[in-house]
Parts: sequence; C-alpha cells; structure tokens
Amino acid sequence: MLQEMTRTLQTDVLVIGAGGAGMYAAIEAARRGAQVILADRGLIGRSGATVMAQMTVAAATAEPAADSVENHLADTLRAGRGLCEPELSKLLCEEGLACVREMDAWGVGWARQGEQFSPIMAPGHDRARCVYVDFLNTGPAVSRTLRTQVIRTPGVMRVGDLCLTDVVIEQGRCTGAVGLHLPSGDPIVVQAHAVVLACGGLTRLYARNSASANMGGDAYALALRAGARLIDMEFVQFFPIGHLAPRMIGMDPIMWDPFRYKLGGRLLNGKMEEFTHRYGAVDDGRYTITRDQATYAITKEVEAGRGSPHGGAWLSFAHCSPEQLKEAFGPVIGRLAKNGIDLTKTPIEVAPIAHYHMGGIAVDTAMSTGVPGLYAAGEAVGGANGANRLSGNAITEAFAFGRRAGASAAAYVANVANVASAASAASAASAASAASAASAASVANVAASASGAPEPSAAARALLGTLSPGSLAATVNTAAEIELLQQVMARHVGPFRTGQGLREGLAQIREIAARVRAAPAHRPQAFDPEWIDWLDLRTMTLVAEAVTLAAIERTESRGAHQREDYPGLDDTWLRHLQVRLPGTPAQLTLESIPVASKEAA
Amino acid sequence: MKPVATLTVWRGAPPQEGHYESYPVPFEPGQSVLDGLRHVRAHVDPTLALRYSCINANACKECMVLVDGKTVYGCTTRLEAREMRIEPLRNKDWVRDVVSEIAPPDERLPDHQSA
Ligand SMILES: Cc1cc2nc3c(=O)[nH]c(=O)nc-3n(C[C@H](O)[C@H](O)[C@H](O)COP(=O)(O)OP(=O)(O)OC[C@H]3O[C@@H](n4cnc5c(N)ncnc54)[C@H](O)[C@@H]3O)c2cc1C
Ligand code: FES
Repeated sequence: MLQEMTRTLQTDVLVIGAGGAGMYAAIEAARRGAQVILADRGLIGRSGATVMAQMTVAAATAEPAADSVENHLADTLRAGRGLCEPELSKLLCEEGLACVREMDAWGVGWARQGEQFSPIMAPGHDRARCVYVDFLNTGPAVSRTLRTQVIRTPGVMRVGDLCLTDVVIEQGRCTGAVGLHLPSGDPIVVQAHAVVLACGGLTRLYARNSASANMGGDAYALALRAGARLIDMEFVQFFPIGHLAPRMIGMDPIMWDPFRYKLGGRLLNGKMEEFTHRYGAVDDGRYTITRDQATYAITKEVEAGRGSPHGGAWLSFAHCSPEQLKEAFGPVIGRLAKNGIDLTKTPIEVAPIAHYHMGGIAVDTAMSTGVPGLYAAGEAVGGANGANRLSGNAITEAFAFGRRAGASAAAYVANVANVASAASAASAASAASAASAASAASVANVAASASGAPEPSAAARALLGTLSPGSLAATVNTAAEIELLQQVMARHVGPFRTGQGLREGLAQIREIAARVRAAPAHRPQAFDPEWIDWLDLRTMTLVAEAVTLAAIERTESRGAHQREDYPGLDDTWLRHLQVRLPGTPAQLTLESIPVASKEAA
Repeated sequence: MKPVATLTVWRGAPPQEGHYESYPVPFEPGQSVLDGLRHVRAHVDPTLALRYSCINANACKECMVLVDGKTVYGCTTRLEAREMRIEPLRNKDWVRDVVSEIAPPDERLPDHQSA
C-alpha cells in the first residue's frame, strides 16, 4: 500500500536543507555541472536559522583597517579552547572570506561607509571584523540573495515541504534519501549519487531557544543512522542575553546582541547592580564579555537570589537618547514601541537561551563524512568552532562549508558518472548496445530512460517502513512530549551540568523515547501534525541522548560545556568525544579521539 | 478567575467539509495567537494542524491565517481575552485545519520528475 503512493525523484546531488549552507551547496554543485535537488522541510530559504540571523558575519575583509585570515583564525582557535579542528577552522576563515565577497558581488548589501565595508567589533574578535546588513537584516538579506542565486543557477530543482527522514545506504554507499512529503502525506524516495546534509543544528531540544521548529537535530540523526560519526555533541552554545520579558512579538529573542554591539548597554542584576566583574569578567557597558562568561555570570547571579523578576538579568539602555536609538536601529524602535517597550525609560529582562551547536557531523576538509557519497555542511558539522563559537562565525561557516560540500559532491558525482559510463561503455562494447552508452552520459537519466518511472530500491523501501502505521498509544500527546523533552534538556543538560543531573536527564529522555517508540496508528495524512511531531521525537530523543551521553562522559569544564562537579579545564580532555550508532538494534556508542594534529592535516 | 481567550478554529481536511471548534486557552498579556494555537496542541488536541517555523522572528511567513476574517501572521497578532475566529487563507488551496498551500508553485514537489 505504501509503495503505491510512493513517489520517486532522481538527481545527481540531493541537498537536504535550504539554509545558508544548503543553498550555497546547491549553487556550487550546479555550477560544476551536477543536477541538484534542493529540498527543505519548510519553505526554501525561510525555515532555518539563516533567515533569522540578525547580527553579523565574520570575515577578514581587511576593510577599512588591516586584517588577515591568520588573525581571524587565531581568534577562532582561541575561542575554541583547544577543540577546534584547525584545518576546518582555517577553511571557515579562508573560504568564508571568499564567499562573503561573492555574496557582496551578488548584491547582499553589506553595510558600507563610502566604498568600504563598515564591519563592527564583536566579542572575541581582536578587531572590527563582522559585516552585517542594516537594520537587523543580515539573515533575511543573506537568504534572499542566495535564493535568487539558486533560482538563477540552471540545474537546481527546489522542493519545499519535503522532510527527509533517512539516508539510503546500499553496498556501503549513499544512494539518496527517503522522506515524507508534508502537504500530501506521501512517502518520497529521492535517488541521488551524493547527498549533502545541510539541515542545521539542534537548539530546539531546549525549552528556551532561538530555534525554528525545524531545528531538532535532523542532520545528526540522519548522519548517525547512515553510519556517519558525530563529534563534540556536548558543546551547545547558550546565548546569554536572550529576551526574557516582557513578552514581545514579531522580534527575535536574540535581538539584543546587535543593540549591545552598537550601543553598549549595561547588564544589571535584580538589585540594579553591575555584577559580571564578580565572575571575573569586566564588561563596563562596552560588551566585551564572551558568551560563556556572560551565561555563567547571569546564571550564578540568579542562583544567588539576585536575578531579575522573571529569573534573568536586566539589560539597560538608559544611557541612550531617543535620537541615538533611532539612528542605530531605525524602524526597529517603532516595533519595540508597539510592544510597549521604551528603552530610554525601562530596561528589559534577558536570560541565556540555547542558540547554536558547536558539535556535529565529523567531516574532512572536503566535507565528506567518510560514508561514500555523503557530505555535510553548515551548523550540522562539528569541529570548526571547537568548544565555543565566536559571534559571526556561524554564517561564515554555513557559506564556506556549503560551497565546499557542493564542490565535493559534484566532483564525486562526476567520478561516479565516469565509472558508470566506463562500465556501460564496456557492456556496450560487449553487448553492442549503443543506446545505453549514450544515456550513461548523464547518470541521472539512466534509470529513468531504462524504465520510465524509476523504481525505489529494496533498501529505500525498507527505510520507508518508518512511515507505516504503528501502535502509538492514543493517550500520548506528541506535542506535549516534545515540550517535556525540551524541559528535561533545559533542566539537566543546560549550560551548567552535574553528573547526577545529567544521569537523571538521560533516564527521562529514555522514558520519553520508550513512550513514543511506536509510530502513530494511522497512515500519514496531508499535513499531519502528529506524524510530524512523531518524526521529530524520533530524531530529538536520539540526538538528546547523544548530547547527554557525551556531557556525562566529559568530566571537565571547557567552553560551553560546564560541569559544576568538575570545574576547570583538564588537559587530558583535549580530545573529541565521537558518537556513533552501530549494531542491531542500533545503540549509541562513545569513544574519545584525539583532535587532529598536524600529521592528519 | 484567570482571563481566557477562546479560539474558534476551522477544523477538517478536504474532501470533507470543515467545521468550527472552540478551545478556551489561558490568557497572558503579550502572547500571540500562535502561542494560543500551540497551547491547544500541547494541552488539548495534538491533531490540530498549524504551520510555522520561526515562532518569534517573523521571518518565515509560514503562519499566515485569517483572524476574524483578516489575513495576518499568527505570530505577530496578539491574543486577546475574547473569542477569536481562526481560519485558513481563502485564496489558497486548503490542506488541513488552518493550513493552506503556501509554497511558491515552482517549489512544490512535481508528480513525477527527475532533475
Ligand atoms: C535567531 C538566530 C540568530 C542568529 N544570528 C547569527 C548571526 O548574526 N551571525 C552568525 O554568524 N550566526 C548567527 N546564528 C547562527 C546561524 O544563523 C546558523 O548557524 C546558520 O545560519 C546555519 O545555517 P545552516 O544552513 O547550516 O542551517 P539553517 O539555516 O538552520 O538551515 C537548515 C535548513 O534545513 C531544513 N531541514 C531541517 N531538517 C530537515 C529535514 N529532515 N528535511 C529537509 N529539510 C530539513 C530546515 O527547515 C532549514 O531550512 C543565528 C542563529 C539563530 C537561530
Ligand atoms: S512563525 Fe515565522 S513568521 Fe510567523
């Protein structure tokens, strides 16, 4: 029955996720001659983190003042506290710079003063290095520019509302992916010679987050089940000054960061005192404090009973005049007024929220996962930012790794095509079948021309079994289970961790996973919210467990991973924790591996 | 008594006829209509189909619905302590409950095609 409704698509390269990384990958693969399907579970260029970014993009443009890739790299490595894969960090800084210039040529509109870019200073960077688009418009401008470029590039087919659920592996190679077409509820097979996982991060795992609904860690679950490896899963970055109160609509909770870049702003505790110096971090209203320091200071101040009314800190812009505010943020000030917020009169409340994931899929500098034909890019990838990420590095990472993954996938496909065409040329010679040799020129068309509508392989059909009705108890509210999981993660696997809390969290994650193991009892329907939740729970419980297991194992405090029972850096831990999902039934395993040293580079 | 917002929501999916169902949700000042609809899913009926990605940023533009007959974003329209009528967009194909087909036509899945 499932098979009847199954629809099959074919392409050279399937890019999963249409954020900054995915769109760049699609453009690059197509520029190099590959046929591409760019799929997203939401709308193309609209549904992930990229479009929501409001701040900056770090790149050593050397405008207006001197800068170099080496400087940017040195800052990135320092922030990563020994856990960066240096070759990946270098790629981020180097290729990212080329992409920032290419984006400029494509008309993204980086803010300028005269002819030159006017980058700003962001914490952790040694100089003004972060370009942006006014006003709070970096993400939308980046997304729009890339989407336009995707549309202009021949050979890319865009498919929205397609949620890929598993990568297909046959004879040890990636041959595409399967998933659910949300508007129809139909199972889908995409046959592809190469797949790029560009489906973003995992911050939806947490109760308070800056995530969209599509950031539950799909990339990690897809990679694990395909046999790829993850590293540094315990390193979740919390953004210290996420908006807490009053409830504000139509504004992203991380919006106060650009305000602080431009206007300073003072962090105050519930008694209206400055406090970050108590935790060794001088801020002085100039915003020099790094993210992990600020998160620590706010959390500790709240624990000490000196938090703001809603359990965070006050952020005050009382030193700014209405004119200064208007000049720096134009129409945004009007949007704040609609929310009843006048920054010259009242401070707002802020608190740490889950914002970015440093860890992710282990790749080499070609963005290959080690599984032939399977690539990854963007926030989905681990290693470039080590234990802590600098502001502005994430979009640069998405650009650079997306472009590289697209190039690698196209090269791989060309290679497979050569092999295939050599093989079919050989068979053509022996069987004197000229027709098959001709059609082998484009691998994508071989199966289609041979048999009309392509047939899903046995492996693909087996994976589509996930979409068969199961026996999920009617009493289970899938939306409530997601909220529960988010609370468990926030309580036990947040910025400050203890062994005991983490183990409790792990037990609770496993209880949720057990409750939702069986699929919903009906076939997926058109835009079926229970099925979408259930697929998300399948992913989120697995990924939450991976994060928690790694956090339990790492008995030290480094960057974004802070263990209250193991304070301080322990240099025996200058290693990655690698997560895999081997065996039947599959089980997560952990292994500590060295950070790539020079010999690997 | 805590104030309550009553969301009267269009339910059903083609080819069936739709119908309205009402859900009282606890009202807190400052919340959005989307907050209210998400509350219904997590506390009353998870089968209610909604469409949204970004929740706060007003960046995805997926949450467009009719509120009391007017086309709005669910995430930027304030919840109010009264009855509010939520329906799918009238000028788009209806998919389920308050979800309509909003993807640009050239970004929809073709029936059978190889790229
Ligand atoms: C609110 C916010 C503000 C930020 N601001 C900045 C900033 O100013 N500067 C900076 O450098 N970084 C910033 N970041 C981080 C940065 O935006 C992200 O790390 C980066 O954009 C990630 O790009 P990406 O392409 O890897 O992922 P995304 O842009 O998240 O795209 C992933 C896409 O994959 C899709 N997807 C997921 N799962 C599936 C699936 N199973 N099937 C199909 N599609 C799927 C999603 O719908 C999504 O569209 C911010 C993040 C947030 C959340
Ligand atoms: S939920 Fe994204 S714009 Fe409303």
